[in-house]
Amino acid sequence: MSAVLVIEQVLNGLQAGVMLFLMAAGLTLIFGVMGLINLAHGSLYMVGAFAAAAVSAATGSFLLGLVSALAAAALAGAVVEMLVIRRLYASDHLDQVLATFALILIFSEGTRWLYGSFPLYLDIPAWLSGPTRLPGGILYPTYRLALIAVGLVVALGLWVLIERTRLGIRIRAGENDREMIAALGVDISRLYTLIFALGAALAGLAGALVGAIQSVQVGMGEPVLILAFVVIVIGGIGSIRGAFVGALLVGLTDTLGGIFLPELFKFFTDPATAQSVGASLASMSIYILMSLVLIWRPTGLFGARA
Amino acid sequence: MIPERFLNALLLGGLLGVALLADWRDEPFTITLATRATILAIAATGLNLALGLGGLVSLGHAVFFGLGGYAMGILAFHAQTYAPVELGPLAIEGTTSMPLIWVTAIAVSSLAALVIGLLSLRTSGVYFIMITLAFGQMFFYFAVSWSAYGGEDGLSIYVRNGFPGLNTLDPIQFFSLCFVLLCLVLVLWSRLARSPFGLALNAARQVPARVETVGLDPKRLKLAAFVLSGAITGLAGALFADLNRFVSPSMFSWQLSGELIVLVILGGVARLCGPVAGAMLFVALEHWLGGLTEFWHVWLGAILLLIVLFAKGGLVGLLSGRPASHD
Amino acid sequence: MTEPILETRGLTKRFGALVASDGVSIDLRPGEIHAVIGPNGAGKSTLIGQICGTVIPDEGSVHFQGHDVTDETVAARAGRGLGRTFQVSALAMEDTVLQNTLLGALSASSSPWRLWRSVLNDRDLVARADAALGRVGLSDRRATRCADLSHGQRRQLEVAVALTLSPRAFVMDEPMAGLGAEGSKALTAFLDGLRDKAPILLVEHDMDAVFALADRISVLAEGRILATGTVAEIRADPEVRTAYLGEDA
Repeated sequence: MSAVLVIEQVLNGLQAGVMLFLMAAGLTLIFGVMGLINLAHGSLYMVGAFAAAAVSAATGSFLLGLVSALAAAALAGAVVEMLVIRRLYASDHLDQVLATFALILIFSEGTRWLYGSFPLYLDIPAWLSGPTRLPGGILYPTYRLALIAVGLVVALGLWVLIERTRLGIRIRAGENDREMIAALGVDISRLYTLIFALGAALAGLAGALVGAIQSVQVGMGEPVLILAFVVIVIGGIGSIRGAFVGALLVGLTDTLGGIFLPELFKFFTDPATAQSVGASLASMSIYILMSLVLIWRPTGLFGARA
Repeated sequence: MIPERFLNALLLGGLLGVALLADWRDEPFTITLATRATILAIAATGLNLALGLGGLVSLGHAVFFGLGGYAMGILAFHAQTYAPVELGPLAIEGTTSMPLIWVTAIAVSSLAALVIGLLSLRTSGVYFIMITLAFGQMFFYFAVSWSAYGGEDGLSIYVRNGFPGLNTLDPIQFFSLCFVLLCLVLVLWSRLARSPFGLALNAARQVPARVETVGLDPKRLKLAAFVLSGAITGLAGALFADLNRFVSPSMFSWQLSGELIVLVILGGVARLCGPVAGAMLFVALEHWLGGLTEFWHVWLGAILLLIVLFAKGGLVGLLSGRPASHD
Repeated sequence: MTEPILETRGLTKRFGALVASDGVSIDLRPGEIHAVIGPNGAGKSTLIGQICGTVIPDEGSVHFQGHDVTDETVAARAGRGLGRTFQVSALAMEDTVLQNTLLGALSASSSPWRLWRSVLNDRDLVARADAALGRVGLSDRRATRCADLSHGQRRQLEVAVALTLSPRAFVMDEPMAGLGAEGSKALTAFLDGLRDKAPILLVEHDMDAVFALADRISVLAEGRILATGTVAEIRADPEVRTAYLGEDA
C-alpha cells in the first residue's frame, strides 16, 4: 500500500466530508434555531442536482447550472417553509417527522413524474476536468480539489456570517431566546424563512456539486441525509463547528474504512473472506463511530451538556 | 360517533370478512392483500408499543422487520441447501418450521432492540430519531454487502414454510394464521397498556422526572418497551418474508421505517386498533391509487400532510370522535 | 440528640462563575419540619436537586438514613424512602388522579414489571392509592383527568403521590406556591399532622406557613447558610433581618 494511495484516499475522504458539511450545516442550523427536524432536506439536495443538470444541459454552462441549483433549492425551501414547515415549529418531533416524510414522498414522486426514473447526467466543465499535479507528484482530479475548496470557502463564509454579521447575531439570538428576538423588533417569521432558504440553498449546492461525479436521480438525497444525521449526532445538534468536525470525521471514516478494512483483514484471513468481511464492516464503520461517540458523549462532541 | 370498542370489532371483522369473501369468490390476490395488511398491522402494533405507549419515535423499526425477515430467509435457505448455519463452533440446522422460525425471529430482533435501545436511549428527542434512523441504515448496508445471502439482490425461498396441521400454501389458511397472530398481539398490547408496566411507561413518556422520584427508572421502562416492540415487529418480518417468499435489503430500508410510522399515525397513535386501521387503509390506498397512477406516493404524501396538519387523532380518532390521547 | 434522617455535609456546586451552593450543611431530624427560606437565586433549587439526585455536587456529600447516597440515582434515593414534591406540578396530565397516585403505589409495592394483569384489578394497589387520596381530600376526584384539576388540587395530588411511597422523609419544593389563602391554610394544617409520620424538609416562600409549621428554619442566601435556628431565634437574628427580611435592624 503506497503513500500515494493513502493521500488520495484522505483527499477523497475530505471531499466527501466537506460535501456532507454543506448538508449538515443547514440541518443543524434549522434545528438549532427553529427546533425542527427536517427529513425533506435530502429532497432539497435532489432539487439542486436536478436544477443544475437541467439548466447546464440546456445552456451548456456549468456555472449557470450551479447558480440555478442554488436558486431552485432556496426557492423550493422558502415555498415549503411558508406552506408547510412554519405550521410545524410548535408541533412535537413526531409530527415534524411525519410531515417532512410526506414532503419526501411528494418531492421524490413528483420529480419522477417530471423527469422519469432514468438518471440525468451533469458533466464536469472542461476547465475543471482532468487531474492536477500536487506537490509530491500525485495526480488528483481537479474537480474534486475544487469541491474541497468550495466546501472550505462555504464553511468559512458561514462562520463569518454567524459570528460577524447582524443576521448572525439574530440567528444566535433566535437559538437562545425566541421571545427576546421578537422583542427586538425582528420579523421572526421572515427570519425563519430566510434561514430555511439558506439551509436549502446549501443542500442544493451540495447536490449539484456531487451530481457531477455521481448520477442525478430520484432518491439520491436520502442516503446523504442520513449520513448528515450521523454527522450531527456526532458533532452535537445546533453546532456549526460540530457539524464541520463531524462531517470530516464521517467522510474520512467512510472513505478510508472502505479501502483499508479489507486490507487489514488480509493479515488475518484469506483474501476473499477478508474482502467480504472487511467490506461488511466498512459499511458499518461510521455507525460504530457514532455509537462510540454516543457512549462517550451522549450530546455529541460540541453539543450542549444535558 | 362510533365507540372505539365497537370500531375495533368492526375493523378486525372487516379484515376477516374481506379475506373470507375473497376466498368464497376465489380471488387469491385479494386474500394476499388482506394478509399483507394483517402482517403490516402486526409490525405497526409492535411500533405502537414503543411509539404510542413509550413515546419513542423510532425511525429504525425496519431493522427488526428486516431481521425477522432474514431469520426466516436464512433458516429456510439452509434447509433448502441441507447445509447447517455455521456460527463459529456452533452449527444450526436450517428449518422450514414456522414456529421455530418465529422464535428465532423474535429472539434475534429482541437482542438487536436491546443493543440499539441501550445506545439510543442514552439520548432523547430528536437525537433518538436520528440515531434509530442511522442504525436502520447500518443494517441496510450490512445486508447489501452480505453476499452470502444474496447481497443487494436478496434471497428467494422456493417453498413456504410449514405449520403443523395447516397447508400454508393455501392463501386463506396462511391468512388465518397471520390473523390469529395479529389478534394475539393485540390482546398482549391491550393487556400491557392497562398493566402496572403500562401505567409506569405511560407516565415515563409524559413526566420522566415524576417516575424517577417514585423510585422507578424511566429509561429501563422505555428499554423494555423498545425490546418488546422490536420482538413483535420482528415476528411480523418473518411472516412478511413468508408471504413474499423473498427477503431483500429493502426490508431494512428507511422508507419502510417511515411507512411503519405512517401506518400508526394514519390509524391513530396509542390506540389499540390504530395500526390495524392504518395498515388496511395503506394497503387499500396502495392498491387503488397504485392502479390509477404509478406515482401514487404523491397522493399518499398529500393525504399524510393533511392528517398531520388537520386530523391529529388519525382514522380511529376521527371515527370514534375522541381527540388524540396525546400529542 | 437523635440522629438526623437526612443530612448534607459541605455541599458545593458551581455553575461557571456562579456558586449556587457554597458549603451547605443542613440536617433533618425525626419528627420535625425544617424550613429552608431565602430570596430568589439563593440556591434553594440547587440544594433540593443535590439532595434528590438531579444535580451532582462538586464537593460535599448527602446522607440519608446513615447511608452516603451522594452517588446514587434519583430512583435509588426514592427507593430508600425519600419522597419529593415538585414546585411545578410534575403529573401525567392525560391520566386520571387515581392513575397518577397508583404510579407511586406500584413502585412502592415493586410491581412495575407486571405486564399482564390490569392495574385497576390489583386491590392492594388501589387501596393504597385511595388511602393517600383520602388523606389529602381528593377522593371524590379520583376519576378526574389531571389536566382538569384546579391548581390547588394538583398541589394536593403532588402530596398524595409522595404519600403512597410511605417515605421516611419528605422534601417539598414550595408546596404552597399559587395556593390561595384558604388552600394554604388547609395544606398547612395537613403538613402539621404529617411530621409525625416523616420529617419534612420544606422549601417555602409563604412566611405565614413557615412560621406556623417550622420547628427549625435555615436561611439560605447566595448559596450559603446564613443561620439555622428555631423560629424565635431566626426572627431575632439581626443578620437575617437585614440580609433577608429586608428590615432595618
